[in-house]
Amino acid sequence: MQEYSNGHQVDLTTRLGTLVLRNPVITASGTYGFGEEYAAYCSPSSLGAITVKGITPLPRLGNPVPRLAETPAGLLNSVGLENPGLEEFINSYLPKLAQLDTAVIVNISGFSLEDYSLMASALEEHSRPKNRDQARSGGIAALEVNISCPNIKHGGMAFGTNPKSAEAVVQAVKRNTTLPVIAKLSPNVTDIAEMAKAVSSGGADIISLINTLLGMSIDIRTQKPVLANKMGGLSGPAIRPVAVRMVYQVYEAVELPLIGMGGIATWEDAVEFMLAGASAVSIGTANFVNPMAPLEILKGLEDYCRQRGYHSVQEIVGLAHG
Amino acid sequence: MPEVLAEKVESMEELARGVFRMRIKSGYIAEEARPGQFVNIKCGDGMEVILRRPISICSVDRDKGTFDVVFQVRGTGTALLAQKRAGDMVDFIGPLGKAFHMPENPGRIAVVGGGIGIFPLYFLLKELKGVSGDIFTGDAFLGFRDSASAIMLDDFRQLSGNVFISTDDGSMGFKGTIVQLFGEKAAANGYDLVYACGPAPMMKKVIELADRNGIKCQVSLEQRMGCGIGACLVCACKTKKEDGWEYKHVCKDGPVFWSGEIILED
Ligand SMILES: Cc1cc2nc3c(=O)[nH]c(=O)nc-3n(C[C@H](O)[C@H](O)[C@H](O)COP(=O)(O)OP(=O)(O)OC[C@H]3O[C@@H](n4cnc5c(N)ncnc54)[C@H](O)[C@@H]3O)c2cc1C
Ligand SMILES: Cc1cc2nc3c(=O)[nH]c(=O)nc-3n(C[C@H](O)[C@H](O)[C@H](O)COP(=O)(O)O)c2cc1C
Ligand code: FES
Repeated sequence: MQEYSNGHQVDLTTRLGTLVLRNPVITASGTYGFGEEYAAYCSPSSLGAITVKGITPLPRLGNPVPRLAETPAGLLNSVGLENPGLEEFINSYLPKLAQLDTAVIVNISGFSLEDYSLMASALEEHSRPKNRDQARSGGIAALEVNISCPNIKHGGMAFGTNPKSAEAVVQAVKRNTTLPVIAKLSPNVTDIAEMAKAVSSGGADIISLINTLLGMSIDIRTQKPVLANKMGGLSGPAIRPVAVRMVYQVYEAVELPLIGMGGIATWEDAVEFMLAGASAVSIGTANFVNPMAPLEILKGLEDYCRQRGYHSVQEIVGLAHG
Repeated sequence: MPEVLAEKVESMEELARGVFRMRIKSGYIAEEARPGQFVNIKCGDGMEVILRRPISICSVDRDKGTFDVVFQVRGTGTALLAQKRAGDMVDFIGPLGKAFHMPENPGRIAVVGGGIGIFPLYFLLKELKGVSGDIFTGDAFLGFRDSASAIMLDDFRQLSGNVFISTDDGSMGFKGTIVQLFGEKAAANGYDLVYACGPAPMMKKVIELADRNGIKCQVSLEQRMGCGIGACLVCACKTKKEDGWEYKHVCKDGPVFWSGEIILED
């Protein structure tokens, strides 16, 4: 170890095409609220970026309760995209988000191509920093197109499981924004590489994966599904091997930079995703367990690189290939 | 301000079969916590359960810098928690949630608790008594399954004017539900304010009785939780709104609500 641990600085800067982050650790949509809730435990200014809860054109109440069931090493959720809607998001949430000293990724969901176009163009107007202070942080850094939510009946995942419509959705967003566009893939498909190629030809700048896996849990006492919505999205360590495999496959299929997620709870998990081909990682369910997880993961990642003599964290991306 | 803390278990005591009182060292919680608030506890270290479990704060000792939680073993998480012994560390986030309303001049107060719902009410009575001293006369209505699960009676007797007890099987006190007993006394005793915590059907009936008798009413709700701090939107509960209803979130907007704010479903 001695020869490696020379205490040099590791460059954490993470370039995802034109989206430049101060480090590769991001928080995942739907697990991190609107950036305020966790701020006391884990300062947004120490994160590469935060991703806000999925926004739809109109407000959504979400699904009835229970919305959660814990399963081995994971959890099923059926929140159902509860959100204040585009207008309220722009008026009440965006100004506060713009104050945060971090890159803000806005996650958008829709039920038709028009929904996606409309949101992209409305958010485009608010994407510019308003003044020099905001130039590093303020505004919106990127749009994440959620074509993979398993918790709504129409749209959502339907777009994410058909390559043609996935491509069309990304195209619609691209036409209406100058921001980097991240396409978030659903794991609920037979061929993830095919989906990655589709969003790539649609013009995606970055791919993030994976969203939750469709799952179900039945209470043997009541003999009924635990979730009021019957089915939900599985997240947490249980899905990690599936996510790592998909990141690995997509890295070989397309040239785009990848944001890897799915069950990352420790720095070792983050390293695994980066070796598989992710340039950045997103932390979701682990926040619930340990609000400081993103910071601990970042520190571990940095130490790993330092001890192994890397000068940039990006040097480890994709090393598991070839 | 809630904090993530890792503190020492001071003592563990089995109050009834499968019901444990855990005393935890924490000057911070002892100082900051208000009745009705909860802590979100990490029950184990492995992968058997990953999410934290919400447990109400049952009492605090500000001089000794400790607080108590009392919990019933229901599933894997609480079973793991029950294995902790004095000297073990326990990791929790707290104090979380909105506290009960503390009236400046309490007047006639009743608390109605069913099963595990009695624990936050104990903290409430203790604080009310602490503020008002001897002139405080709160009545406690405590419902249990049977005499074996009737716990903390002496603790409540020290704080309350009257302690009314019901058991489902009649093995102690009134045979029937605690709501029936409260219904019999509600009108005659002229309460100004009632606090309720327990199963949803019980709280629904307490709210009806309170409305009928012109008693102000607060309830503490339970819902499954993901994060416990308002970030995941898992813990939704229906609340009234001018033109219908909306979802609020038990961990952040509650767990305590005024009865007029919420819509309870069976
Ligand atoms: C604000 C709040 C305060 C609480 N205070 C106390 C308390 O002081 N003492 C106490 O004994 N219990 C309390 N509970 C309930 C306690 O959180 C659950 O009993 C516990 O989470 C069950 O976990 P488990 O792993 O043992 O059971 P699991 O195996 O997860 O589930 C067993 C059963 O418990 C129910 N359950 C699971 N999670 C929750 C949850 N988060 N809330 C309610 N029910 C749940 C399920 O319906 C299931 O039938 C409180 C709950 C809330 C929301
Ligand atoms: C409670 C909850 C809500 C979520 N909401 C969204 C959402 O609104 N939009 C989205 O794209 N993904 C959403 N996700 C998926 C996560 O962003 C992430 O892709 C997934 O949970 C896998 O990562 P994890 O195992 O680290 O949680 C949600 C996940 C959870 C657990
Ligand atoms: S438990 Fe996450 S919002 Fe309430």
